[in-house]
Amino acid sequence: MRRIQMTVDGRGHIAEVEPRLLLLHHLRENLGIGGVHWGCNTTNCGACTVLMNGESVKSCTVLAVQADGAEITTVRGIMENGLWHPVQQAFHETHGLQCGYCTPGMIMASVSLLKENPEPSEQEIREALEGNLCRCTGYENIVKAVQMAAPYVRRSEPVAAS
Amino acid sequence: MTEAPEKFVGGGVLRKEDPALITGRGNWVDNIRLPGMLHATILRSPYAHAKITSIDVSAAREQPGVAAVFTGKDLLEEWDKNPTANPAAVTGYSLSLAERENGGASVTPTADSTSESPVSEKTHTFCGWMVTEDIKVPDHLPVAVDEVNYAGEPVAVVVATDRYKAQDAVDLIEVDYEPLDVVTNMERAIQDDSPLVHEKLGTNKSYTWELENGNVDEAFNNAEVHVKERYIQQRLIPNAIETRGVVANPDPVSGGYTVYSSTQVPHILKSVLATYCGIPEQRLRVVAPDVGGGFGSKLNVYSEEVIALVLSRKLGLPIKWVEDRSENYLATIHGRDQIQDIELAATREGKILGMKVHLLADMGAYLQLNGPGIPLLGAFMYPGVYTFDAYGFSCTGVFTNKTPTDAYRGAGRPEATYAIERIMDALARETGLDPVEVRRRNFYEPFDEPTTTPAGIQYDSMNMQAALDRVLELADYEGLREEQRRRREANDPVQLGIGFSTYTEICGLAPSQVLAALRAGGAGWEQASVRMLASGKVEVVTGTSPHGQGHVTSWSQIAADALGVSPEDVEVLHGDTATAPWGRDTYGSRSLAVGGVAVHLAAQKVVDKAKKIAAHMLEAAEGDMEFEGGRFSVAGSPEKSVTMPEVAAAAYLANNLPEGMEPGLSEDYFYDPPNFTFPFGAHICVTEVDTETGKARIRDYFAVDDCGPVINPQIVDGQLQGGIAQGVAQALYEEAIYDEDGNLTTGSMVDYLVPGAPELPNYTLERTVTPSPTNAMGVKGVGEAGTIGSPPAVINSVIDALSPFGVTHIDMPASPWRIWQTIQEAQGREAGSREADLSGRPAQTEEGGEA
Ligand code: FES
Ligand code: FES
Repeated sequence: MRRIQMTVDGRGHIAEVEPRLLLLHHLRENLGIGGVHWGCNTTNCGACTVLMNGESVKSCTVLAVQADGAEITTVRGIMENGLWHPVQQAFHETHGLQCGYCTPGMIMASVSLLKENPEPSEQEIREALEGNLCRCTGYENIVKAVQMAAPYVRRSEPVAAS
Repeated sequence: MTEAPEKFVGGGVLRKEDPALITGRGNWVDNIRLPGMLHATILRSPYAHAKITSIDVSAAREQPGVAAVFTGKDLLEEWDKNPTANPAAVTGYSLSLAERENGGASVTPTADSTSESPVSEKTHTFCGWMVTEDIKVPDHLPVAVDEVNYAGEPVAVVVATDRYKAQDAVDLIEVDYEPLDVVTNMERAIQDDSPLVHEKLGTNKSYTWELENGNVDEAFNNAEVHVKERYIQQRLIPNAIETRGVVANPDPVSGGYTVYSSTQVPHILKSVLATYCGIPEQRLRVVAPDVGGGFGSKLNVYSEEVIALVLSRKLGLPIKWVEDRSENYLATIHGRDQIQDIELAATREGKILGMKVHLLADMGAYLQLNGPGIPLLGAFMYPGVYTFDAYGFSCTGVFTNKTPTDAYRGAGRPEATYAIERIMDALARETGLDPVEVRRRNFYEPFDEPTTTPAGIQYDSMNMQAALDRVLELADYEGLREEQRRRREANDPVQLGIGFSTYTEICGLAPSQVLAALRAGGAGWEQASVRMLASGKVEVVTGTSPHGQGHVTSWSQIAADALGVSPEDVEVLHGDTATAPWGRDTYGSRSLAVGGVAVHLAAQKVVDKAKKIAAHMLEAAEGDMEFEGGRFSVAGSPEKSVTMPEVAAAAYLANNLPEGMEPGLSEDYFYDPPNFTFPFGAHICVTEVDTETGKARIRDYFAVDDCGPVINPQIVDGQLQGGIAQGVAQALYEEAIYDEDGNLTTGSMVDYLVPGAPELPNYTLERTVTPSPTNAMGVKGVGEAGTIGSPPAVINSVIDALSPFGVTHIDMPASPWRIWQTIQEAQGREAGSREADLSGRPAQTEEGGEA
């Protein structure tokens, strides 16, 4: 067992974990963060995407012990002043989700994309989201959501929650 | 409360489901944690067909954190508990002393029970659709006992304090298998000397189902033109991004259970579990919490649901089982897997005279809930949007040593539409007609009254001409043909293909009497309750069970319009048999055409009663009451009025109601539709095929669909986009492949190409609106339309692009390698081996990324 410490959505957590425990399972099972989803545990679906020290990672490919000392952001931690993050709002307005299971991972991958590339073309969006599978939407509205959110993220203005 | 004169049906109402989902507050099965909960993990057979000669679980039992380990034999008695024998087995206190005296079934057998041969003669099965009287049904135990019949079949179960520990223990179970001969190919399986999947049945043929209308022989004898084709519907893996999972929680006081399952069908699950496990229905509550996609794969009752429930009964503790992705590929049903032989008889002018279809349908190793019935849904769809007189259909269901098949988005209808739309192009080639013209010559004249089809059912309403005209205009068909001609003349290595699909499909499952005539084991009604609350707010209870379709939003719109309130004032309750006790659940594009209509009709009943109360309050005659925008007024004197909330308050205060009226303002409706509904549409796929690399890229996709009046346009477009995407996925990317030994070689997301964002196009969508005469709202349904309409449009476009090479056929998926190979073969060159095509996702994704 190893003792690790991390900040998740602004809150500190200390825990004893087995070295083999995945960050995904640490977040879900030990810290009870049900907003981090999973669909494969093998790096293929992207449902488990979170930000680790600001960079997007698939939490099923990171061991909990590797995240010792890290700052983790999940979809529960991106609201700004009580308003949804522009990417969240845009997913809502463009109907970028159906069952919503891929959504937390999609949103985090999109947030990360817009940080790195504030004005992505459609093709760049599609390629950036390549590692995130959605079986419901056919991706068209997800791409639109990222396009809609981009200028708001650039201006760093949260749009009003409905 | 605000009055709501505006109408919400057809308007742009954003989804009420979204706030929880975009903030990570969804309530998924795997998020459920209960005190004392244990995790079950399943050991699965690595063999497709083998005798189990011994199982040693002793090392697994010793593992830290392991509560119990069960083999199939240990659990045999659990499946057959007599429903009346011991409903309170967990506590046992309901047994009288007299009952104990005569041994009254008081003792729950323990894990190490040694009782002799408890196998009953009853056949265990999850199948609810016995399509013929003499269908062969194999015994299907949740955990295998002597023999395994597909790779992935459960062999033992470990229950432990967490999933890692359970998995560690599973790895320590030792099983000796004696491999048996395997059959994975349907045509091999029906030969007399084939290995048998189930020795006891004496054959691999489960059933043959037939349908004939008109004089088929005469049509074929007299025809000038015959076209005969064979198409392969490859096996598909549904791939809902949330895998399946179940939590069973025993109630030590009532002796009952709550089962949480990632299912599309909580109500069906409840009745099957009650029967299968001998638990009285009234003690069973089934909850479908948020469900992360289904596409038919969660329209079933699975071994693991039964296992979790009986283990919770045996151990008296909550049991959770959650499927991992590799299990999902083996243990959740697959879709399609049919061989289709189809023949047309026609005149030289391209008018169809008759059609014959013969199918082989792979059931896999066992019959699942609707498995045998899936091809029958297609049987009624092969004639498509074309009218002619003679139609013959037969289907043989075949057992193989593979994962069972069942409903996957479209369920029988995508297969049928693919075959008819492919052979229409073949007929066009044979008669020298344009694919548009050959279709037009066989369309029905537009109709809005039920019209009998070659398959003997009645389509509700249709105007194919309008949909086709519009899609041709949208796509600029002539311009496309012109561009195609230029590229052909220039010998452009990238050729343009234009592919059509003009389709209809069956929605609104289903009139209960029709289901009975097809020997399906359940009814097809839907139920809704609409409750005005004393505060003027509304509760709608629905028997549909959404998992992405947005029923909460759409049903709110329907109720809001009927009652004259705002959708925000409506709460929609679903997916829990304790709050929504009656329902037939969500599948087969039935929810709106049956469940949505039930909401509308229940709300009308509320309005009818409210009208009586309003008339009484206003001292007017009921016949003089008008209802508009949430307000009842007296005809001719609009100043005399009461609002719906005022009426609701009066209904519950109950001190000033019409003589003899019951208090309250809440109504139920069980709606059993008189007919199916039949959406239709015309799709054009425009594909660029690189003839040097074999890569097909969809450049444009135009679809004009008609699903009748639309409740929420954004949701309908979303259903079409996602639906077409799944059809494109079948046409270009996906295929579940087994090797000769019955191993699934596409056993993970690395090997099975679920398309990502770079692989899929955008869609240009438009609608025509032809109301259905079948129901009060005129609605038809849309959940599967895209998946049904699109595969032939894509494949027809690829063939069209390659037609200068003499190509007239290609199978799905039209992968780069297969396209390249087809070109080589058409030019008489040796093509390489298929192996190269199996290299999997990375290579294809790379190419996709370049697009
Ligand atoms: S769960 Fe991590 S990528 Fe699928
Ligand atoms: S919304 Fe269902 S998987 Fe993306």
